[in-house]
Amino acid sequence: MADTILIVVEQREGKLNRVSFETITAGQAIAAATGWTLEAAVVGAASVAPEIASKKLAKVYAIESRKLAPYTPDAFAAALKQFLASHPAKLVLMPHTYQVRDFVPKLATSMGRTVISDCIGFKHESGKLVFTRQMFQGKLAADVSFTSEAPWFSTFQNGAFRGDKAEDGASAAPVETVNVEIADGVIRNKPQEVFKEAKQAVDLTQAEVIVAVGRGIKEQKNIEIAKQLADALGGDLAASRPICDSGWLPMDRQIGSSGQTVAPKLYLALGISGAIQHIVGMKGSRAIIAVNKDSEAPIFEIADYAVVGNLFDIVPPLIEEVKKAKG
Amino acid sequence: MKQVPQKDAPLKLNESGTWIREDVSYEVNEPDAYALEEALRQREKHKGEVVVITSGPARAQQVLREALAKGADRAIHLEDDKFVGFDAFNTAKAFATAIKDEQFDLIFTGLQSDDYGYAQTGVILAELLGWPHATIIMQIEKNDSGIRVKRELEAGYFQFVDMPTPAVLTIQSGINKLRYATLIGIKQAKNKPLRKVPLAEVQAAIGENLQKIEKLYIPQKTKKTERIEGAPAEIAKKLVDKMKNELRVL
Repeated sequence: MADTILIVVEQREGKLNRVSFETITAGQAIAAATGWTLEAAVVGAASVAPEIASKKLAKVYAIESRKLAPYTPDAFAAALKQFLASHPAKLVLMPHTYQVRDFVPKLATSMGRTVISDCIGFKHESGKLVFTRQMFQGKLAADVSFTSEAPWFSTFQNGAFRGDKAEDGASAAPVETVNVEIADGVIRNKPQEVFKEAKQAVDLTQAEVIVAVGRGIKEQKNIEIAKQLADALGGDLAASRPICDSGWLPMDRQIGSSGQTVAPKLYLALGISGAIQHIVGMKGSRAIIAVNKDSEAPIFEIADYAVVGNLFDIVPPLIEEVKKAKG
Repeated sequence: MKQVPQKDAPLKLNESGTWIREDVSYEVNEPDAYALEEALRQREKHKGEVVVITSGPARAQQVLREALAKGADRAIHLEDDKFVGFDAFNTAKAFATAIKDEQFDLIFTGLQSDDYGYAQTGVILAELLGWPHATIIMQIEKNDSGIRVKRELEAGYFQFVDMPTPAVLTIQSGINKLRYATLIGIKQAKNKPLRKVPLAEVQAAIGENLQKIEKLYIPQKTKKTERIEGAPAEIAKKLVDKMKNELRVL
């Protein structure tokens, strides 16, 4: 029997997280390279299964128990451990979401296994499967292999594969419900309702031009020149996480995995090094101009126009030029 | 807590291309600094003791010294060059072994490290200890049955979770405002206890790494990047030209 790849799609509050399609694309590519069988599972929301079953998959499992809602790491880890005991997989793939980060290290540890987390790709060379992940905040990349027995767990970074490239199946994949038993006392956490902070007042997702500042801005008072540039361009001001952590700009101006995801016509990154958590929030921008004094800053990897230099030298004349151009 | 290369430190690969060369400047992993700060604040509210722990070569002691200077009560250093190459599973096992005689109520870690970026060690440690955990925490309050924590979810969503203690929490950057060490603190730190744990003391718990870095390298560029060079005024002119004629945002 061929080895199996199992994709665990993500549901939150009973709704499919669209990032799951990216994991399906990744799984389909690995299946094509290795010849392994590709299956998927959804934990605790059978209603999501049909949407997944339309994709090119050998089978879809709905792992069910009353105790899987609301989400807890204890229940999800216990359910998948039980499922994998009766449905062995060689490789288990998931999106690298906050929810997966919350339970997958626990699941793997409970089985004496490991997770290669936050991968951006894979290679299959002379029969060996390696996963590529970023290290040192994206400055370096590493090819990482498993040295343990299966199952191997691996998670993919948001945006590493294109969800819209997930292939449809010729017909819907069969869906099988697998009931799991979660004993009393397994779940220790009591989650309350999910909520959104009311102060989320700024919507940057519609902005055409964004001027974003990072650590390179040095001091709170220097944010003013970025604001002047944003105003001159008729754009919005945004920031990387450390700036909002410091309280220099409100949290609702934060771009990245814990903030907003944007895709403006122009993203002007001032003194932003380009940590992965920031890049996932802005790499879809139509054009990126980056100004940074560190020529090795990862932001330059994704910039269309790179200015290696001190932002305090470059921004003031830039404001003047923009004003001139606007007349 | 973990010592990691400084954010803007230029990194060089070692000869075998499996890790970086040691001769860079180091600093404390930023999320860990927030974890320490939160521990100090919780102690100020509820009394008790703050213990800091790290694994790594002799240089990593600097992280502990800084933590003691900020107000931690004592420190544990799993000291050996080999700890740098441990995967998250082995690192967590080493910690679990080194603290087996301790009676902690809460263990805080940063949510991830700036070097490996696994985002796993804290959760693995919880599982090894048999404790509950919660990740990406933005607030911690004590209540009758244990603690209530605020988890950050994606896209601006949050959730409160009630949980018993002892527990492991991974702390999000920005949960609090970091303090600086005072001169008195730095002086006092010198007399605070720092226990060194040699590799031999935890060796029995350590196995082969379950994952292996085959190759570390400078990532290949996938995007064509145009360098804009010249004096600042010249750069400004060129950028505005691009904005006007190519990007059409002006």
